Amino acid sequence: MTASAAADLAIDSRGLTKRFRTQTAVDSIDLAVPRGSVFGFLGPNGSGKTTTIRMLLGLITPSDGEIRVLGERMPDKLRNVLPRVGALVEGPAFYPFLTGRANLHRFDTADRHASRRTRPERVNAALERVGLTNAASKKAGAYSLGMKQRLGIANALLSPRDLLVLDEPTNGLDPQGTREVRNLVHSFAAEGTTVFVSSHLLAEVEQMCTHAAIMSAGSIVAQGSLDELRGAGESHVRVQTPDASTAESVLARFGLLPALTSPNEAHPEVSALLPPSTELDPDRLLPALLEAGVRVRGYGIEEASLEERFVALTGEGFDVRS
Amino acid sequence: MSVPDTTVARRSSPGLDLLGSELSVLFSRRRTWAMLAAVALIPILLAVAVRLTASELDPGEGPPFLDRVTQNGLFVSFTATVVAIPLFLPLTIGVVAGDTIAGEAGLGTLRYLLVSPAGRLRLLLVKFAGAAAFCLAATLTLLVVGSLIGALLFPVGPVTLLSGETIGVAESVWRSLLVAAYVTVSLLGLCAIGLFISTLTSVPVGAMAATVLLSVVSQILGALPQLEWLHPWLFTQHWLGFAGLLSQPADLSEFGTNALMQLGYIAVFFALAYGRFATKDVLS
Ligand SMILES: Nc1ncnc2c1ncn2[C@@H]1O[C@H](COP(=O)(O)OP(=O)(O)OP(=O)(O)O)[C@@H](O)[C@H]1O
Ligand SMILES: [Mg+2]
Repeated sequence: MTASAAADLAIDSRGLTKRFRTQTAVDSIDLAVPRGSVFGFLGPNGSGKTTTIRMLLGLITPSDGEIRVLGERMPDKLRNVLPRVGALVEGPAFYPFLTGRANLHRFDTADRHASRRTRPERVNAALERVGLTNAASKKAGAYSLGMKQRLGIANALLSPRDLLVLDEPTNGLDPQGTREVRNLVHSFAAEGTTVFVSSHLLAEVEQMCTHAAIMSAGSIVAQGSLDELRGAGESHVRVQTPDASTAESVLARFGLLPALTSPNEAHPEVSALLPPSTELDPDRLLPALLEAGVRVRGYGIEEASLEERFVALTGEGFDVRS
Repeated sequence: MSVPDTTVARRSSPGLDLLGSELSVLFSRRRTWAMLAAVALIPILLAVAVRLTASELDPGEGPPFLDRVTQNGLFVSFTATVVAIPLFLPLTIGVVAGDTIAGEAGLGTLRYLLVSPAGRLRLLLVKFAGAAAFCLAATLTLLVVGSLIGALLFPVGPVTLLSGETIGVAESVWRSLLVAAYVTVSLLGLCAIGLFISTLTSVPVGAMAATVLLSVVSQILGALPQLEWLHPWLFTQHWLGFAGLLSQPADLSEFGTNALMQLGYIAVFFALAYGRFATKDVLS
């Protein structure tokens, strides 16, 4: 990679590794987060997302590898870098005996670059932005899960930031809150802030992000723009029809392996994976179905969703690895 | 694309805001006030008990100075200080100093302070300063409450010192402040020990208990004549040694020895705390 391309990365890690006593939680990952992107960091529970984020922020020392955040080496240049980074790491944390507003004041004093003069305004603006103005004088210990989450996001917004690192920001939020976070992320992106957001909610990443990386068992198994990630997956043909069995036999004639994907009596749906290198012209399928007398109520050729890609890459298993 | 360095434009303050914030958080906690209130109870209980018992104590009976309380209310705070030093003050200091880093780690706020970024050395310094401020608050509580309740229940006038001379009330206020300073300085070594222990764990109660335990162990060792060679090195050795401040003229030599010893403990344990904390993985 050339020097100018490297400078265009908000986060750039090479061979980043973290070993705990018995296991390698993060195994030689090369993250490349372009400046100005909204970057989704996906992975099942225990895949190493939070551990990576802790290394990016200088909370833990990598066992191996290098990190550049906003073009500067971490953790050596931590004092220059972190004032420009807002972060939510592994959920919010507060002093339960202080009010929401007092908590933000407290964290803001820790930043040596944050001006005391503008502090009240900045705190109020951050509270306003996450919709907590009315609860600002309540003790943080009395906050609900979603209110704490909002306060945690407000904490990341106390100063103008070049990079936001948000570890599962919508955890515990109600639908309005979730949508609000999505809108917030879009507005940061519009202001030119790079947003690095970890999640295991794929639909959310699909709606919010321009780029993504998928972690599995400590390694990155796929990384790139959302289109690149989806494009690498296969596409499906889906047929909604009451004549499911006829449709299946028609599709089977084309060498496909159809399956009943919606065994709902009222809305049966048959779908089949299309082979990646297309010797088969998908446009021939619909005429053939109609010709066979299949009553087609819905039909579509769909690219694999990120979810299918995710499951394909990280495995079906539900159990977390130890 | 060049990387804009926004930090050049921002002015860096010396970072005293964090100290202010630490003090205001410490002294806005109900726990802090509960401990100070408990400290204040010592001179109050002591004065009331002495007042209610009609019988005169023989000189030297009970804790030091207790026999003088009835003659002069100003001795209430000295007596209370002597009573509080072995266990009660170390208990409250242990709670505050043990909580410094471990408490933040336990709440999870440590990661947000560090990401702000507070700076690890700066955070340790601020935390130590906070604990030291609590020591001062505790000893001043003993002094102020002791003097007030003493003045309320007993006659106040010129004070007869241990050496027999008499000093005026103004001079005695000065001596009282000197004693408070001595006790505060005495406790700083324990603060540094607590700070170090606090960097070892994210369970604040454990750090508090260990700190208090160490102060008790040190006092027990200090009481064993067989370990006399060890005594000059114990941070508790001079804890009760402020009698010299109450003689005429005031004898400051033990104050000096004590201060030097506490400084040594601060240097060693602060260095240990920094060595531990500077590279520590913050996983809480
Ligand atoms: N302090 C620690 N000591 C030992 N192992 C740890 C520690 N912290 C994390 N791990 C291990 O590292 C692995 C990755 O954990 P991490 O918290 O990074 O996962 P994650 O991707 O954030 O998961 P989740 O989606 O559940 O938040 C896990 O297997 C976990 O057990
Ligand atoms: Mg996590």
